[in-house]
Amino acid sequence: MSKKTVLFACGTGIATSTVVANAVTEAMKERGITIDSRQCKATEVRSELNGVDLIVSTTQLPSDLGVPSIVTLAFLTGMGKAEALDKIEAELRK
Amino acid sequence: MAEALMNHIDPEAIVLGVDTDSREAVIRLLAGKLKDAGYVKDSFADAVLAREATMPTGLPLGHAVNVAVPHTDPEHVLKPGIALATLKKPVTFANMEDPDEAVEVGLVFLMALNDKDRQIEMLQEIMATIQSKEAISGLMQASSLDDVAAVLK
Repeated sequence: MSKKTVLFACGTGIATSTVVANAVTEAMKERGITIDSRQCKATEVRSELNGVDLIVSTTQLPSDLGVPSIVTLAFLTGMGKAEALDKIEAELRK
Repeated sequence: MAEALMNHIDPEAIVLGVDTDSREAVIRLLAGKLKDAGYVKDSFADAVLAREATMPTGLPLGHAVNVAVPHTDPEHVLKPGIALATLKKPVTFANMEDPDEAVEVGLVFLMALNDKDRQIEMLQEIMATIQSKEAISGLMQASSLDDVAAVLK
């Protein structure tokens, strides 16, 4: 499978999205998916969508982005992590 | 796991058993500590509060004590560091995932962040700490800096 581009978003684009980007990139590597990760502020996702396969955010996203998105705190709180990873994998294998 | 988190938290910026009713008071108290210790600019407290109003940082953990990790844009920060408060009674933050949902928070990590690459370790250690029930209850019971250091070492 070719590389997938995932845009990680959070309020500042440097804090919680960094933790999530690392966790998801590592976990997907173990599942055989290579991720090209990008980060931005949730308010700026619309201008960062070029070539993006999936958005993973810790905070609410604008609506109607035209790109699949998952909003989850699982990688911060640890709750529901396995389910979130399954959802991300399923989305990236589409 | 949370091996070096104590290295990122300034001992001058740890306040235990804060007794207040508002998240603003907690944030201003901790921001003042970070300001005095040279981590952030004057504008930091207001910037954190403004961000909290639109992009909240409350994290529901599914057990007794929830956590908030307020922070803001790097231009208000001089160098990276963390302030920590335990609260005598919880104050209300909004949920990071859903700003319309209230989260009762008992433990606050105010983060001064200005470099994405250098903060990874610091952030991962905070998240590892809050994912540990033992660490959270240890922090909530802490009555001295030594107690805090013992949990976070």
